[in-house]
Amino acid sequence: MKLILDDDQQMIAQTALDFVDEHSPVTRFRELRDSGAELGYSADLFKEMAGLGWAGIPFDEKLGGAGMGFAELVLIVEALGRKLAPEPFLGGVTMGGSALALSGNEALKNEWLPSVIDGSRVVAFAHQEPGARYDRYAIDSRAEESDGGYRLSGEKAQVLDAVGADAVIVPARTSGEPGDRDGITLFLVETGAAGVSVARQVRLDHRNAAIVALDGVEVNSAAVVGIEGQGAEVIDAVFDRATCVLTAEMLGGMSEAFDLTVEYLKTREQFGVKIGSFQGLQHRAAEIFCEIELARSCVMAAARALDAGDNDATKLVSLAKAKCSDAYLLAANEGVQIFAGVGMTDEYDIGFYLKRARATELTFGDAAFHRNRWAELGSY
Amino acid sequence: MSDLEAFRAEARAWLDENAPDGVRGMRADELNGVWGGKRPEFEHPDQKIWLERMGAKGWTAPTWPVEYGGGGLSKEEAKVLTQEMRSLDLPPALIGFGLTMIGPTLLRFGNDEQKQQHLPKIVRGEIRWCQGYSEPGAGSDLASLQTKAEREGDEFIINGTKVWTSYADKADWIFALVRNDGSGIKQEGITFILIDMDDPGVAVSPILLISGKSPFCETHFTDVRVPVSNVIHEIGAGWTVAKALLGHERTMIADTFGSSAGGARKPGERSSLSSFAAARVGEREGKIVDPVIRDDVARMEMETKAFGLTTQRTADAAKAGHQPGPESSMFKLYGTELNKTRMELMVRILGPDALGWEGEGFDELALNTTRDWLRSRGNSIEGGTSEVQLNVIAKRVLGLPA
Repeated sequence: MKLILDDDQQMIAQTALDFVDEHSPVTRFRELRDSGAELGYSADLFKEMAGLGWAGIPFDEKLGGAGMGFAELVLIVEALGRKLAPEPFLGGVTMGGSALALSGNEALKNEWLPSVIDGSRVVAFAHQEPGARYDRYAIDSRAEESDGGYRLSGEKAQVLDAVGADAVIVPARTSGEPGDRDGITLFLVETGAAGVSVARQVRLDHRNAAIVALDGVEVNSAAVVGIEGQGAEVIDAVFDRATCVLTAEMLGGMSEAFDLTVEYLKTREQFGVKIGSFQGLQHRAAEIFCEIELARSCVMAAARALDAGDNDATKLVSLAKAKCSDAYLLAANEGVQIFAGVGMTDEYDIGFYLKRARATELTFGDAAFHRNRWAELGSY
Repeated sequence: MSDLEAFRAEARAWLDENAPDGVRGMRADELNGVWGGKRPEFEHPDQKIWLERMGAKGWTAPTWPVEYGGGGLSKEEAKVLTQEMRSLDLPPALIGFGLTMIGPTLLRFGNDEQKQQHLPKIVRGEIRWCQGYSEPGAGSDLASLQTKAEREGDEFIINGTKVWTSYADKADWIFALVRNDGSGIKQEGITFILIDMDDPGVAVSPILLISGKSPFCETHFTDVRVPVSNVIHEIGAGWTVAKALLGHERTMIADTFGSSAGGARKPGERSSLSSFAAARVGEREGKIVDPVIRDDVARMEMETKAFGLTTQRTADAAKAGHQPGPESSMFKLYGTELNKTRMELMVRILGPDALGWEGEGFDELALNTTRDWLRSRGNSIEGGTSEVQLNVIAKRVLGLPA
């Protein structure tokens, strides 16, 4: 595993940065938030991004994908993270797309994945249930057999990119109790189906998230994603991929928050001098620099390990999430402190990064959660 | 077969034939390695034979030019040599500041006469070197050094004291920074000079540290007469030489602390740190019973891994042609801080067992850990304090104003 970008990867990264600079300054996110737009992102811009091939990067060429890997997808998502671009690459492309790609259900995959890749449809992944915290097996939604199919009931919360999605993949229990790894089955449910309701939730980061309620939704057995009762296999794999992609967004966010802060240190004057000349602030900036450098190495390693199918990929994903959770919060907290009074105002962008740092920290497990997982994987 | 593979076969055959049995499997770290010098110490007689053979071949300094006693190997060949030595479980025949510090400095800044005089003896391990930079009271502000060098004909007369001179009590020569001119800004008027420790007026006294015994000494110079021909580079250009050497030292220190990062283990296999913690703190249902210690062990392993990945990333970039810049200060900073935290964790894992200083009632591992913890406090002081590294990052990497 080489922790360096090859020529193709450098080109992908540069293209993404240029595109995001041109089409998605932070003012765009600000306008989306201010408008209270239900979708929370731009459907047109997302189609344009998909048109550049971004949504198909890790997927099979036969289905329209690029046949590359997460080492490449993270470059795109890092660029999006820099400018807080809210298009559905996490919940939609990575989670929904990966679940379809990993499902083993060829019919579903062939029907849905090409349209996820070309951006014409969004498939979300509805795992989170109210009160489940980070327990990905705390699934209480039920799937009861009926007429050769299933009847689904339950409630999902903070389902990412679910508003405007064409379908959601729903983990539900075909046996066992909440917390059991066995007995979870994944179903593809079209959001237009009878008994499905999607209600937008407003979070501090104003990203697209929704309560998805299932009230006796009838699906047939062809809607099963993967193997009945063994959905946890797919959930685990989806979580590793999604966590890795999320850390890339975090890396972009912390880098931009830090760049803004350093620029402010170089321009803001107090007591007749630039505040960046104060050693107390210089040392804090230097420490953030180090933490971001370490976070970058971890994200690169995690993505490459996933692509290679390495044994320690899950550990490296946990490492990346733990480091990025701490580093993004550090960069954002220190950013607000160094911007000081204006950093507390809504007018300045640094506050957006603080909110997104907190939202990403508390998604897929915080640093302490991943240290515990690291310890468990290390048998202690 | 490529030239490199031919060299590999040749090197392996030579090593296998010439390495005496006694050195196979030996380690060559600070304590067990052979430092050479006029009063060399060998733990095993075969180490002497090994040094003679490797020194004659020039393979103690594989990439140095043959005309100065080196091996004349290319970087790639030297790498192959290291690989073959590792695979035969052979230690380097010689270690020390001659090979790692003054040798490379002489190659870059020395004149031909100086190279002829010193390099072959370094290669053969006949002369042991020490470094005279820091002075009492100078602290992190190295350039404020006061050791005086007054010109008298073809000689400098040296007066002053150097501190933290590692192994000065065992060294034959010292490379030192002295002040030949105090009139300009402090970085000017510094000269890099080589001094024979046997010269009249050189006196060494060991320093006792908070951890007990240490390699550090104070070295005093009283009217020591040194020929002007011992100056490296130009008179007054010592700061340039010193900076080049310091950068080298920081990389070396960071390498030392980075190298322990995340050794390959089978999935699910415990690391040495977590095994240590489980054994000393206790475990229940496969988990370290103290949840805070358990969390700190995970944190330490993860930080170490993240640091190791970052040194790897920099090495990969260097291989692709990116020269390391001032960001290398990060490695000295992070590596040493990490080691301090690690030693603190070890002491906390030991609990009251860590309170032993010597003698009965304490096990060897606990006694060593306590001394190592105390010694580790110096990691972020020597070779430029952590605060100095933060200054370098702030000013030279981030471009923050002075």
